[in-house]
Amino acid sequence: MTTTLLIRDDVTESNSRAGLRCALRGEWTKFWSLRSAGWSVFALALVTYGLCYLSTNALRSQARIDDPIMRVLVGFNFGQFVMGVLGVLFLSSEYSTGQIRSTVAAMPRPGIVLGAKAIVVGGVGLALGEVLSFSTYFLGRFILAGHASQISISQPGILRVLIESGIDLAIVGLIGLGIASIVRSSAASLSIFTSVMLVLTVVLFAMPGVIVHDMSRYLPANISSTIFASTTPSQLQGTPLFSPLIGLLIIALYAVVLLAVGGWMMTRRDT
Amino acid sequence: MIKVRGLTKRFGDVVAVDDLSFDVAPGQVTGFLGPNGSGKSTTMSMIMGLNHPNSGSVTISGKKYKDLRWPMREVGGLLEARAIHPGRSAYAHLWSLAQYGGITKSRVDEVLELVGLTSVAKRRVGKFSLGMGQRLGIAGALLGDPAVILLDEPVNGLDPEGIRWTRSLCRDLAAEGRTVLISSHLMAEMARTADQLVLIGKGRLIAELSVDDFVACSSKQSFKVRAANLDLLIPALEDAGALTLREPNSCLTVMNLSAEAIGELALEQQNALYELTDLSSLEDAFMELTEGAVEYRAS
Repeated sequence: MTTTLLIRDDVTESNSRAGLRCALRGEWTKFWSLRSAGWSVFALALVTYGLCYLSTNALRSQARIDDPIMRVLVGFNFGQFVMGVLGVLFLSSEYSTGQIRSTVAAMPRPGIVLGAKAIVVGGVGLALGEVLSFSTYFLGRFILAGHASQISISQPGILRVLIESGIDLAIVGLIGLGIASIVRSSAASLSIFTSVMLVLTVVLFAMPGVIVHDMSRYLPANISSTIFASTTPSQLQGTPLFSPLIGLLIIALYAVVLLAVGGWMMTRRDT
Repeated sequence: MIKVRGLTKRFGDVVAVDDLSFDVAPGQVTGFLGPNGSGKSTTMSMIMGLNHPNSGSVTISGKKYKDLRWPMREVGGLLEARAIHPGRSAYAHLWSLAQYGGITKSRVDEVLELVGLTSVAKRRVGKFSLGMGQRLGIAGALLGDPAVILLDEPVNGLDPEGIRWTRSLCRDLAAEGRTVLISSHLMAEMARTADQLVLIGKGRLIAELSVDDFVACSSKQSFKVRAANLDLLIPALEDAGALTLREPNSCLTVMNLSAEAIGELALEQQNALYELTDLSSLEDAFMELTEGAVEYRAS
């Protein structure tokens, strides 16, 4: 066998060891080489623009409503799920197919594998989130132009909503990845993710008692609802809410903790 | 060079690998032989750093797997068929692995050519036959041109042509001076492919010997022996020129010595013989060697 063309000449780690840079390249290739990636991005864009059209078109014949940007970005509530599911499957599908064994054999430090995956999911989520939030804004502005509920980036809070909505999408993707790094199974990871994002909100509101209501402001769904709105209510159904920025930091902390625990467990457990 | 020392792995109450020690030398094919469920895959997973042993150690060229600087360029492994995502093309799978190892795109083309998958490289792995999947796994193992190659049941599910191809590939890799360890539960296949054998049963080492020795001895007569004091009997048998393989269930397989000689040696020692059974063929000898060690058996 020839070995002349074996080693990439642009590999800067060639005199040290396989590290994050190599892992990042591999994970980037892996992310885009599954058909589901392209379809998810397509579905995400379609639903975000489609829901924006449906919800804003109805506003053209109405008097001005309180927070039209919330209606424009209504698709982001759905987009969060798509991104979270992508984050979960990016890792859990490696466990269900056995691919993880090839991956960890190539990079025996699983923390670096998870780090590379987190950068890919976070990066794709952020880029996609920002492109979608700004392009959806322009779509909404075009539809609402000249009507009572018209929007503009110069209105207070709008720019903040657009930037933070994109970041929110990336963080939710990382929460999905973090859950998968602890739980490993696709089915279990997805049901935990859905429970935390959706079901828990409903359950907590059905519970009696002030303490339980108080806890509900820590739920990602309630935090997101403040991020997607330009005029933030300080309360939701009588429950106090965090400001959008604090909320964003809280869900970012969730993602960091989940990934740190998952990375530690991946190193400890058999692959 | 792979050195396995005192390797032990438990899954709950089950001891999968029990104080296992052996060496795998370069320049030859070493067959890792044992019945299903004897701990071959678990041992290979531990060599590749995927499973963590409860005790003992594995070193590859003196280093632990996780300390290898470029693991893909030092060790190539085919792990229990299909550690591969079925949704990706063969090319994308190999290319992502190559990037992990800092390996060029042209090397991906080269290994695809080597295993004969160039024409189906863009097809999704989920559509591959068992044999094509095995070839892709082997391509992944060879990607980094490693000096140590581990193939777990590489001929499983292959057609005769595929078996012959795998066999000659292993021989060629060993002839290039590489360390080649292949596992199988098929004695006859191993006898044709390997130079050296590591036999295990129920996670324990049964014997480490050359294929030539094994074939030579077992083509003669071999006997299953049970005696009051095996520790006393074994050195005497070996002094008389016998090859002895100790089994976990306090049995002994004795080759290269007649039944009469075995009986007389035991008598000299006042060592009561409980059993002296004739084992005829190679396959029988292997079955006998591993009988006490077979975990699952059709009744």
